Amino acid sequence: MDQLPALQVMLPLVMAPLVVIVRHPKWSWALATITSFLACWVSWLLLQQVMDGSVIRYAIGGWEAPTGIEFYIDRANAGVALLVSGLSSLVLVYAYHSIQRTVDKSKHYLFYAGWLLCLTGLIGMVITGDAFNVFVFLEISSLSTYMLIAFGSDRRALVASYRYLVLGSVGASFILIGIGFLYAATGTLNMVDLAVRIPDSESPRAVLVAFSFLTVGLMIKAAVFPLHGWLLNAYHHAPIAVTAFLAGTATKVSLYILMRMFFSIFGDDYSFGLMLLNWVLLPAAIASFLIMSLVAIYQTDLRRMLAYSSVAQIGYILAGISLATQQGLTAAVVHMFNHGMVKATLFMSVGCILYRVGNTHIPSLDRLMSRMPFTVVAFIIAGLGLVGVPLTVGFVSKFTLISALLEQGWWPAAVMILVSSVMATAYIGRVIYLMLFREARGSTVTSHGYREVPILMLVPMYVLLALGLYFGIFGSQTLSLAEGAASTLLGGYQ
Amino acid sequence: MKIYARQRHRVLQVITRLMVPFVLMFGLYVQFHGDYGPGGGFQAGVIFASAFILYGLIFGLQRTRRVLPPSVLRWLMALGVLIYAGTGVLTMLLGGNLLDYDVLAHDPLHGQHWGIFAVELGVGVTVTAVMVSLFYGFASKR
Repeated sequence: MDQLPALQVMLPLVMAPLVVIVRHPKWSWALATITSFLACWVSWLLLQQVMDGSVIRYAIGGWEAPTGIEFYIDRANAGVALLVSGLSSLVLVYAYHSIQRTVDKSKHYLFYAGWLLCLTGLIGMVITGDAFNVFVFLEISSLSTYMLIAFGSDRRALVASYRYLVLGSVGASFILIGIGFLYAATGTLNMVDLAVRIPDSESPRAVLVAFSFLTVGLMIKAAVFPLHGWLLNAYHHAPIAVTAFLAGTATKVSLYILMRMFFSIFGDDYSFGLMLLNWVLLPAAIASFLIMSLVAIYQTDLRRMLAYSSVAQIGYILAGISLATQQGLTAAVVHMFNHGMVKATLFMSVGCILYRVGNTHIPSLDRLMSRMPFTVVAFIIAGLGLVGVPLTVGFVSKFTLISALLEQGWWPAAVMILVSSVMATAYIGRVIYLMLFREARGSTVTSHGYREVPILMLVPMYVLLALGLYFGIFGSQTLSLAEGAASTLLGGYQ
Repeated sequence: MKIYARQRHRVLQVITRLMVPFVLMFGLYVQFHGDYGPGGGFQAGVIFASAFILYGLIFGLQRTRRVLPPSVLRWLMALGVLIYAGTGVLTMLLGGNLLDYDVLAHDPLHGQHWGIFAVELGVGVTVTAVMVSLFYGFASKR
């Protein structure tokens, strides 16, 4: 049991080269899926261990921190690791059929190996307690993500991947420069040790530079509004299973690192008291959800619309972070989970549409309900979750966020959240209307021939949907987890 | 000595043939002497791969591919990572933490020695394979 933190990272890392050796498309899928489920189980066990507020510190190589590298698991990151590995498992089950159409059979093993490496990187970023190690795992996950995006069905995927590569590398270098300055200012890389040494560092200017670089770098990786340029094409042109996985996890992990840096390492007195970070984050957040929701209304492609909506939802999370209060952070963390589940479900249902219809052009979805009822029902329920209708997860997180904003007296921001929710109703409602009611125009659409998608695609989608509904109705469970995470983040390292 | 490729670049071909064994030897030296002197798996991997790249530049891609086929490279890439990760798993099985080399031998010092040896070997194998396949990737495009 002591080895669980190491297993969490080692399982996918060892299996990735094994998948490359196996090479058989089906077996590599099976190996990847089983590994991902095992990793999910491990993170579940870890979450159980830290739920009471205890901390697991695992010294790699037996070298105790601050000399060596350690895994540091507490309430704030165990849940994120569970989100990442859980979504990866479900989407991998889904990917089996979804990938057949886009990826050449001889390259399936590369796809699944890349997926496992991406999972390794994302989980590693979450559970590591070493600032430089964050960068290493960030690179593992980013490089494999570029590869996964490039697997998309047409050539635009290559351009999208390349664009993400350029912007992602800029972000990663900024993070590396920031970590370098932190090391110069304090002489340590261990996060707990950094938090101790930063306040009495001899060179506050270096700390300031590190702070700025880390902020911008992480905002690029998290696709916060003015720096979201890579996300739209990447989500649009990547294989839809990859989009579902990334939309649920990649940006969330960056946001987690952002919170870890601002609250645990620099401390909220420094980040928000001295540096007035909320005057950077809050305008970016509000611009995110207002502008991106508005743009989403005018999209004609379902995937692109959801990509814009993703940036908007990141804005909500960021608004919660910028409050720097217990309530605000709770809202941010709970929305991280909820949006991860909802957006993954949405992209999975869009993937089902793509699988049968062949494109995701919105006007071609007339009366889809009569032909693919299960997919459309999943889309509608998840879409309502995105809008924030009561009994769905979206309601829980939006309610928490708005009450957190009102608690601080920031009611204009709360009003703007409501406005953007109305916009979300517009863009989701428009698609739902098309799918349910609008008559097919002329004979452009072949109304016969679409069947429901294979069961292996429906089951993971409905499992995720059911989880979403469960946490929407019994919202207190995720909320208490998020409250624990928020108080851990705000409390700093013990 | 047999000369290939339309008898051109005779000097380069002869020199390359003379150089390649020494480059390989130096790669191995950097790899296995890395615990005592400057060096290590990454540097050794690059040097080792550079011998194949030099050979490929002078004698052409086809002949190099016969020596080191891409399918073998794919195996080597995976194998290197497996050696590294396998060492980590082994230390965990022997009761230590991940990559805690102390448990690999009776004496912790020897354990550390063996651990670094194995891990660097893994790095070397993977880096060699990746460098050569990068070369293949770029060189085979027209």
